[in-house]
Amino acid sequence: MSEQFQPNVVAFLCNWCSYAGADLAGTSRIKYPHNLNVIRVMCSGRVNPLFVINALQQGADGVLVSGCHPGDCHYMEGNFYARRRFSLMNELLEYVGVEPGRFNMSWVSASEGAKWKDVVAGVVEKAKEAGPFDQFRRNKINW
Amino acid sequence: MNNKPKIGVYVCHCGVNISKMVDIEAVTEFASHLPNVKVVRNYSYMCSDPGQLLMREDIKNEGLNRVVVASCSPRMHENTFRKTLAAGGLNPYYLEMANIREQCSWVHEDREDATGKAKKIVSAAVAKVRLLEALYESEVEVEPATLIIGAGIAGIQAALDIANAGFKVYLVEKTPSVGGKMSQLDKTFPTLDCSACILTPKMVDVAVHPNIELMTYSKVEDISGYVGNFQVKVRKKARYVDMEKCTSCGACAEECRLAGRVPSEFNENMGNRSAIYLPFPQAVPAKYTVDPERCLFLTRGKCGKSPKCVDACLAGAINFEQQDEIAEFKVGTVIVATGYDVFDAAKKPEYGYTEYENVITGLELERLVSASGPTGGDILIGKGENAFVPKEVAFIKCVGSRDKSVGNEYCSRVCCMYTAKLAHLVEEKLPDANVRIYYMDVRAFGKGFEEFYDRVRREGVRYIRGNPSEIFKRGEKLVVKVEDTLTATPLEDEVDLVVLAVGLEPRKDAREIIDLLRLSQSSDKFYLEAHPKLAPVDTATDGVFLAGCAQGPKDIPDTVAQAKGAASSALVLLSSGKVKIGAQISFVNEATCRGCGYCVDICPYGAIELVEINRMGNIISVARVNDALCKGCGACVAGCLSGSIQQKSFMDRQILPQIAVLGVMR
Repeated sequence: MSEQFQPNVVAFLCNWCSYAGADLAGTSRIKYPHNLNVIRVMCSGRVNPLFVINALQQGADGVLVSGCHPGDCHYMEGNFYARRRFSLMNELLEYVGVEPGRFNMSWVSASEGAKWKDVVAGVVEKAKEAGPFDQFRRNKINW
Repeated sequence: MNNKPKIGVYVCHCGVNISKMVDIEAVTEFASHLPNVKVVRNYSYMCSDPGQLLMREDIKNEGLNRVVVASCSPRMHENTFRKTLAAGGLNPYYLEMANIREQCSWVHEDREDATGKAKKIVSAAVAKVRLLEALYESEVEVEPATLIIGAGIAGIQAALDIANAGFKVYLVEKTPSVGGKMSQLDKTFPTLDCSACILTPKMVDVAVHPNIELMTYSKVEDISGYVGNFQVKVRKKARYVDMEKCTSCGACAEECRLAGRVPSEFNENMGNRSAIYLPFPQAVPAKYTVDPERCLFLTRGKCGKSPKCVDACLAGAINFEQQDEIAEFKVGTVIVATGYDVFDAAKKPEYGYTEYENVITGLELERLVSASGPTGGDILIGKGENAFVPKEVAFIKCVGSRDKSVGNEYCSRVCCMYTAKLAHLVEEKLPDANVRIYYMDVRAFGKGFEEFYDRVRREGVRYIRGNPSEIFKRGEKLVVKVEDTLTATPLEDEVDLVVLAVGLEPRKDAREIIDLLRLSQSSDKFYLEAHPKLAPVDTATDGVFLAGCAQGPKDIPDTVAQAKGAASSALVLLSSGKVKIGAQISFVNEATCRGCGYCVDICPYGAIELVEINRMGNIISVARVNDALCKGCGACVAGCLSGSIQQKSFMDRQILPQIAVLGVMR
């Protein structure tokens, strides 16, 4: 690589906390790396583990799932489901040989714009360290 | 899908908010090559009238059936543009927003990177919008009643407004009396109105209003349901006094074996009460309550031969057999008016609050100057024979406010003015006293505040700029160690009384309401409003509103104004009688559902049940969603093994193309 590797991270954000927190980072004009793109879902509990695999297959170098803080879920329990599913998922990914650091979870509330910046910076940095991911790659946009 | 997608993409400049960091022309050109895109336009303000007109005309003239708006967050303007689509004759759910402002132009510094990211965001939106389906909102009836939690001035005002509009109010208060913190105040700034005089009539009004059901000494235990249809469960704690029979004569309290031995909460523990008590003379309801934690009979099972209060009560109102009661009812809206806690001055040990009896808080001084207080309105420091009248009085401002060392970065907004008011009251009651106020800044921002601040200074109160570092004892005097930062002079000021202008904090039990209503907290830990400017009384939970200091520190005029705002927001729902409920809910493909019931277990709202259907002659069970109960979180979708349950607008087949686009595009 001649230039520094620019990773591509796909993030799934819940509408009520993390997406709102990311919006607040914007309203507060807090700067963070551009390498992360967001898919909005209503709740982190909506994120199917297959979405993560799918993102890695489609070319993402890292994936983030972010929801409300445990206990603060807008839908009462959704982030608990997410937490349970993705702690299992983490083990599965490690088992199939995906470097730790490619898959991340975080809890960012609607008032934590500054935390969102730290999360993005951290996730992008980890993906950078892990390098390009092509183990699962299928290189075609499935319109 | 009804027909082939014809997509219109509208890229907004947002003045320069987006165009400064994102090359709008490049994004426009790029979007025109995306699949199924028929029209791409950019405009300075898409949300403006002419911007919306562009869309409506294209829908008509170009036959668009899907729209992508690349502008701000959907949390900002999704509703605006949904209405535009509807006005153009298109189903409002054929809209996808590409957030290229909050999550792109405002957070990046390199124009090329930001433009590249904007292209990705627009592509993902196009990928999704092609697969969106028309959705239809349904309406539910709104139960014409409101629950108000907390009966301080905020809860009282909101209750009166809603009740006067003709709707039922359940007003629930944790303590034995309504009135809240305002009832503890002597005078109110800047007009020096007597607090009790302006509050008491309203307290009485809520108690006698035919539309208000007042539940004091009660606690909301459970709230379930959704906007328009909340089920509420309230525990009315046993007072051990029959409310019907009690005449509030006070004989019981006089005879109580613990008379004068239980610290009075109302007097900030400076005066004493009995174990059976009326919190304060103007309490509403004027009914006595037995303190179950102090009463000898309730804690030890024995109080002499028989409890003296029982013998003293001629009305026969005292009943130690009384049990807690549970009240259950339905409401359409909820107002949270739970107020605040005063900052605990013990967290600033350098001020010696727990060490020296002549270091007191503002609220304690408030009780001392009040005619209904423990000293009958005399400023007497200390107890019994040692009590003395102070001559040198120092106030310290910003105790527990604007102080990162105790975790409170915010300004409590009332301390500057209550300090000025208390300084005035001290000067009035003790003309010989010398009063000085140590301050960091003076914030006299409200109506009449600056004028009052000026008046207090002219009355001889000295303002000294400096934040004291320490208070210690020297002989009989307290020494305030401080640097006057305007003259750069270190001072050791000897005084008789130090008053700490303690700030306002979120209630220690704030968590209880969060768990009941799924509220969020802002970084200062007060309850978070839906939008800091445009929805300051709403919350993220539909039908739930905030009033008063529960949302953040405020003075009485602001609290009353916000309470009226919350009442008006609740009344919008109550008086229209109907509310639209989300269309983006789950649905089941009964042809592939295998009836495992995982989704039934997952759903936090009990919105899914298994029903039996006849599938080609076989009776099998499948999941079915109750549309009115589904809140649209999608947790069931992620748990379904066969992909048979899907969430409208967030279906797997709508999200996967977004992932594909974001994954492949570098």
